[in-house]
Amino acid sequence: MNAAALANPALAKDEFDPASIVTNDPVVRVEAISKHYGATEALRSIDLQFERGKLTTLLGPSGCGKTTLLKIIAGLVPATSGRIVVNGRAVTGPGPERAFVFQDFALMPWATVMRNVAFGLELKGRGATERNRIARHYIEEVGLQGFEDKYPHELSGGMRQRVGIARAFSVNADVLLLDEPFSAVDEQNRRKFQEDLLRLVEMERKSFIFVTHSIEEAVYVSDRIVLLSPRPGRVSNVIEPRIDRTANPDDIRRDPGYLDVVEEIWQGLRHYAE
Amino acid sequence: MTLFGYRIPMMASLLVWALVWEIVGRLDVIFLIPPMTAIIAAGIDLVQTASWQNATLVTIRSFIIGMALAIGVGVPLGVMMGRVKIIDNIFGLWVNIFVSAPLSALVPVLMILFGMGEATIVVTVFLFAVWIIVLDARAGVMQVPTSLIEMARSYGASQPTIMRKIILVSALPEILAGVRIGVIRGVKGVVIGQILVAIIGYGELFELYSRSFDMERFWALTMVLFAAAMVLSAIVENAEKRIEYYAGAR
Amino acid sequence: MSVMSDDTSVAPPAGATRMQSLRLFAERRRSFWVVLSLLALFTAWEIAGRIPISFAFPTFLDTLAAFFEMVGDGTMIRAFFLTLQPLVLGVAISALLGIGIGIAMGLSDKLEWLFAPVFIVLQAAPMAALVPLVTFVYGIGLVAKTLAVIMLALPVIVLNSYKAVRHVNPSLVDMCRSFQGSRRQQIFRIIIPDASPVLFAGLRLGVAAGFIGVMLAELLITPTGIGDLITYHRSVANYAHMYAAVAAIIAASTVTLALLQWFETNVMRPEKRRS
Repeated sequence: MNAAALANPALAKDEFDPASIVTNDPVVRVEAISKHYGATEALRSIDLQFERGKLTTLLGPSGCGKTTLLKIIAGLVPATSGRIVVNGRAVTGPGPERAFVFQDFALMPWATVMRNVAFGLELKGRGATERNRIARHYIEEVGLQGFEDKYPHELSGGMRQRVGIARAFSVNADVLLLDEPFSAVDEQNRRKFQEDLLRLVEMERKSFIFVTHSIEEAVYVSDRIVLLSPRPGRVSNVIEPRIDRTANPDDIRRDPGYLDVVEEIWQGLRHYAE
Repeated sequence: MTLFGYRIPMMASLLVWALVWEIVGRLDVIFLIPPMTAIIAAGIDLVQTASWQNATLVTIRSFIIGMALAIGVGVPLGVMMGRVKIIDNIFGLWVNIFVSAPLSALVPVLMILFGMGEATIVVTVFLFAVWIIVLDARAGVMQVPTSLIEMARSYGASQPTIMRKIILVSALPEILAGVRIGVIRGVKGVVIGQILVAIIGYGELFELYSRSFDMERFWALTMVLFAAAMVLSAIVENAEKRIEYYAGAR
Repeated sequence: MSVMSDDTSVAPPAGATRMQSLRLFAERRRSFWVVLSLLALFTAWEIAGRIPISFAFPTFLDTLAAFFEMVGDGTMIRAFFLTLQPLVLGVAISALLGIGIGIAMGLSDKLEWLFAPVFIVLQAAPMAALVPLVTFVYGIGLVAKTLAVIMLALPVIVLNSYKAVRHVNPSLVDMCRSFQGSRRQQIFRIIIPDASPVLFAGLRLGVAAGFIGVMLAELLITPTGIGDLITYHRSVANYAHMYAAVAAIIAASTVTLALLQWFETNVMRPEKRRS
């Protein structure tokens, strides 16, 4: 699998050689990252740059190492070789400029929504008044006002992930790393979520790196999509959907440009389907 | 654990402890702990004595009869509890009480009911082992997917066939897990029974050695017992793993 | 493994009006079945005693009378006082030591390598064989009984605490790391809180093992407390009193464990509680 396999006149304008992507101010640079698990090669020399203020999606079939790459960027998993540069500085572990949103929410079942959202600040030793003020702000921003004193088991899956997102926002990181955040959420809520996410991207002016296996989701929310191919994980293509997000959500989903990009990506990925 | 790049198997630490034991024994700190080498030597002597062989025979016999009864009663009862609500409601309470009750208090009662002999030991083994076997068999039957039973019914399977070919087979991993814990509890039961009765099998030997302060033989006998318990548990665990091979897809 | 089943399944209600009566019935049914199964065993006991199946098998009513007699003259209360001392002491020491060792084993691979096999052997092995040994060193007093309790309760508490730490949700640990939590914060804010329901379950199993240990000690090495009641009444062929003592200790252990179980499901696991 290589970029040529995806070559299509309709998309040519959006297609780059991944190595040549250079922007003025990359917030995260992935340089020659490789990852081996014993004899298994999970990622092979990945080079990527993530632009500031944009939402970039890592998309690919299962086994392409997209979650592994995200966790390497987060500093949760060590890379076998290569380096991660955030805001111009090489990093080896988690840092305050990155915040992670977990696929399984990773909420503490013994803590209220308020404490869960404020947990990042609690670990940094912020005072209770300050961290609760910040947490309350983001709880409202994700639409959970009134649920501050509830426990995670009292919330639906979608509401739990809102807590996870509010927690990531509250530490005021530059980059938000989202690992398939909506995969445990049912279809109707998923759509609502995607719309809310776009609103938050607009409001918060942060950079987002988003992992998903849903083509529609990727095209709908992303400024840029990095397609990964599996075994071993490599960058196979980079696509910029260039969708007019000022239109209302239902129109976007019916927009021919949107549907074309979805179809293109599917054509490129279909031979990975079983 | 890895050391200098080599993986050291977990159980290897037991050798370290044996060494510590040997040193403590050699230092003569306390008469309770003779050197490990002396215990092993005593153990080699011990297994050649007629008294040990007879005691072992008696112990194994009571254990096997007690376990056979426990499995023979426990599995059917557990399966019935899993399938029939009324049986579950009537027996559930007692099974749950006895599975964690201090059954050692019941042994004196057994001694007067069944005499100071093998029968008491057999019943003790049975009582120690049976409850967990019932509970796990019940749990196994309860988790058989309804869709599997409906599938068999839709293909025209009769109730006995469904029981034999679907429910029992499907519940086998849990049943075996119950049997494994039952075996471990049964070994504890046979020892507790014999020690409290104190005139048969290993109980008699333990009594004899501790009375004559023959610590080497006492520990040798203990270690034989501990090893037997571990080996038995490993055997059932092995069977469990084979069963789980297909159960994994469930 | 002691799971009190609370699976009184409710038939799907047809209408809003029938729902309440059905639910009421289901709630009553649980206690109804408890009473029924208690009655079933006690009746069987009474009949077996009336036949009698053995000269040493008193009827249920005789046993009950003997129980109230012993409660009335204070022997039962005194006996429980003596039995519960080493039990509480032994379980408390085992809990402190066991949870500490278990958590340390769960956090450190080296300690796991060193201690896990020992406790695996001690839990699977018939520790009862070693109970007589403690008399050699500690005589037949409170210390010996407490040690017997510790010998049986400690391994199960250690292994459960160890498993509790090893089975902590890895995602929560990652979460703590991603917010740059220190190892200390990781242990005290994530690992121990997340492990605490299983830690508590281990404690409950430790209490069950402790009851076995204290009875063994009282029957084998130091005839005091409930064990003395059992041994004494057996020696004078006062079987109703002996049975009453046995039933009393089994009932005491059942009630204790049921209370711990209730505490565990209602307080320790808010996420599993029915809301």
